Amino acid sequence: MADQTKTAGVSSLSHHAVAGQDSTLGPTGERYFMRFTLMQRYMHAIMFTTFLGLAATGLTIRFSTNAWAQHFAFAIGGFGAILFVHKLCAVTLTFEFLYHVKDIAVRILFRKEKGLLWGPSSMVPNLQDLKDIIGNFRWFFGLGPKPEIGRYAYWEKFDYWAVFWGMIIIGFSGYVMWFGPFFGRFLPGWALNAVQIVHGEEALLAITFIFSIHFVNSHLRPDNFPMDTTIFTGAMTEDEFKERHGHEYQKLVREGRLEEKLTTRPPTWLVNFSRLVGFTAVFIGLALLVLTVSAYFRE
Amino acid sequence: MYPFGEQRREWAKSLLSSRLKPARSLEPEKKTAFTIPSIIHTANYLIGPDPTLYLPACSGSRSITVRLRNLPIQTAGFLLRCDEQGHGKPAVAMAAFRWGRLIAVCVAMLLFSAPLTLHAQTDCLSCHGDVTMQDASGQNIGVDAPVFHSSVHGGLECSACHTSITAYPHSDRPRAVKCASCHADEAAALLGSVHENASDHPCTSCHGSAHAILPKDNPKSAVYPLNIPATCGKCHGDGAIAKRNHLANVYLPYMDSIHGYAVSQEGLLVAANCESCHGSHHILSHTNPQSSTSKTNIPDTCGKCHAGILTQYMEGVHGQALAGGNLKAPACTDCHTAHEITQPSMALSTPMCGTCHQAQLSTYRDTFHSQVSDLGSYVEVARCSDCHGEHEILPASDPRSPVNPANLVHTCGRCHQNANAGFVKYEPHANPHNRRQSPVLYYIRLFMVLLISGVMTFFLLHTLLWLIRSLVEKTNSASAQGEK
Repeated sequence: MADQTKTAGVSSLSHHAVAGQDSTLGPTGERYFMRFTLMQRYMHAIMFTTFLGLAATGLTIRFSTNAWAQHFAFAIGGFGAILFVHKLCAVTLTFEFLYHVKDIAVRILFRKEKGLLWGPSSMVPNLQDLKDIIGNFRWFFGLGPKPEIGRYAYWEKFDYWAVFWGMIIIGFSGYVMWFGPFFGRFLPGWALNAVQIVHGEEALLAITFIFSIHFVNSHLRPDNFPMDTTIFTGAMTEDEFKERHGHEYQKLVREGRLEEKLTTRPPTWLVNFSRLVGFTAVFIGLALLVLTVSAYFRE
Repeated sequence: MYPFGEQRREWAKSLLSSRLKPARSLEPEKKTAFTIPSIIHTANYLIGPDPTLYLPACSGSRSITVRLRNLPIQTAGFLLRCDEQGHGKPAVAMAAFRWGRLIAVCVAMLLFSAPLTLHAQTDCLSCHGDVTMQDASGQNIGVDAPVFHSSVHGGLECSACHTSITAYPHSDRPRAVKCASCHADEAAALLGSVHENASDHPCTSCHGSAHAILPKDNPKSAVYPLNIPATCGKCHGDGAIAKRNHLANVYLPYMDSIHGYAVSQEGLLVAANCESCHGSHHILSHTNPQSSTSKTNIPDTCGKCHAGILTQYMEGVHGQALAGGNLKAPACTDCHTAHEITQPSMALSTPMCGTCHQAQLSTYRDTFHSQVSDLGSYVEVARCSDCHGEHEILPASDPRSPVNPANLVHTCGRCHQNANAGFVKYEPHANPHNRRQSPVLYYIRLFMVLLISGVMTFFLLHTLLWLIRSLVEKTNSASAQGEK
């Protein structure tokens, strides 16, 4: 491990010597590789913004007897304002979800991107993910090397599917509550009670998961503490690529397609802006997490 | 709504303190210019132009207070006497003044040298008309004649009340006045009441200064309906007195209530003042079943004015239960409180029902209805009474009840437009914690809880182990570099 890092450092330095003061490279001459497209980054931005809005207003409703909830509701204009913000964020997120589904459908049905459904670039879990989980746990206990992860790690796939199904479940139950009399025509009586439980509990899971596990795994990770901004800038350094997605990196090297992923160094303003946004989101999220957990266990 | 809060409290307090002043101070002070030097007698002292000049018989008198005062000429029957111990008989002296009548009276007294029979107020007022007059113990025994004349007792002889004083001179310790000798009904009503103890609660404590009592329909009377709250508030609005007697300090809550507002701000004679509910002389503790404010009598007491509500209440389950002897059933004051008279439209009404209906409150708390009512001051939302009714609460089995299954579409439809048979199958009091009551919801909730705990346990463990491993790796690589 230490050797790997050292070698990478040396290669970077040598590259720096060749490249000189190329502004597309990092301060020590490292190359940058594209991880997320601009659209993916926008999608993430819309999602976490609406998610924070939904969480802040939803928790206020869920834990409405708490003083903080009542003060917050009062501050932004009472229940009417809370529900308005909640629905606004929900509708925005619904459109994003529908856009994403449409995008996937187009790519699979019309562009025939088979890799989207199965394979190393797919979000669909496969046997390799199971091996990675086992390998990672072996590594945690010092029983084996750190597994080389592909394009999407199993915890990233979990993030994706948790949000995907979460949006379907929370979204559907939310719309049932919103248009109760309409859904009351087709759904059995108990379903109207059930959607409320499902909506609240699934949302609690999403909130506690995102604000603890996702934050730590994807943004506050120890190898890039205190803020990994890849999802904001879209780019990661060659070292980060090798370290985090070694399997994909080596595959690209073998296939001679690594250069396809090359991108320029993100501008300083974007890096700073990303940090600001990231820290703000993390701060809000952690505050909500503390309130949620304390209110949940006081119930 | 009317003004609540600090400002209103200050106003109510100021009203109280102005009432605490003696009634006489409300009258403008009568000031007349000094014209005649006159001689007035108080219990022990001779008063007048230096008495030693013309009272040789009273050589023993001491501490002579000299006060000059103008008296109406017709009451100028000046009696000069020295009450010094040891002087067996009153020493009557004559003042050398220019009026013959005065001299004649004094001469007559000198001649008869016997007690004078008192007939008219004027006789008493000739001395007691001095409003500053004090007895030996310093107690004021003066009577403000004009105020007394306009009082409800103004036409009576003094001796009608002060029965032990029939002649002059009179004892320094006349018998106490007994109002009961005339007002027997009121005295009888006071017996057994909370104000029975006459030394703590003399008639004057409510009716005001003895010589200034006005008929109760006189707006200046202390017991005029609009003045009653302040009169009762003299004691019941005084924190110290209330605390000493283990009483609730009810004056300010009452004044803040809709009743207090109607009386004090709107000047409504028909609005409830203290007497309307508690009665006047025969006030009993609410723990006494005979009391108008005892639990079983409260509906009728409030119903004296709120007759329509009383009818509704007696139709409903609460009224029926109370009438059937269930003292746990709420009377008016259990929901509205006795003195504040809280409005059910305030958020308070929900927990209030929950004091008895705990399970229902708990399940209501789980619903969107409750969440909205906790947070929203701008949104109409269903509280207990919106579905169950207010005074005429009927069991769901009653076809007239708004929560009877046949009426639900209409009841829910008051807020939820397009409510339909399917929609009203929603259970507003479902309990997902109770397997027998709501099995489907119980298992759904159980599944969700297991899902949350399963996912969180796995990933918290995963993250924790990852962090530990990363730290170990970092330390190892650092130490490896250090060795090199």
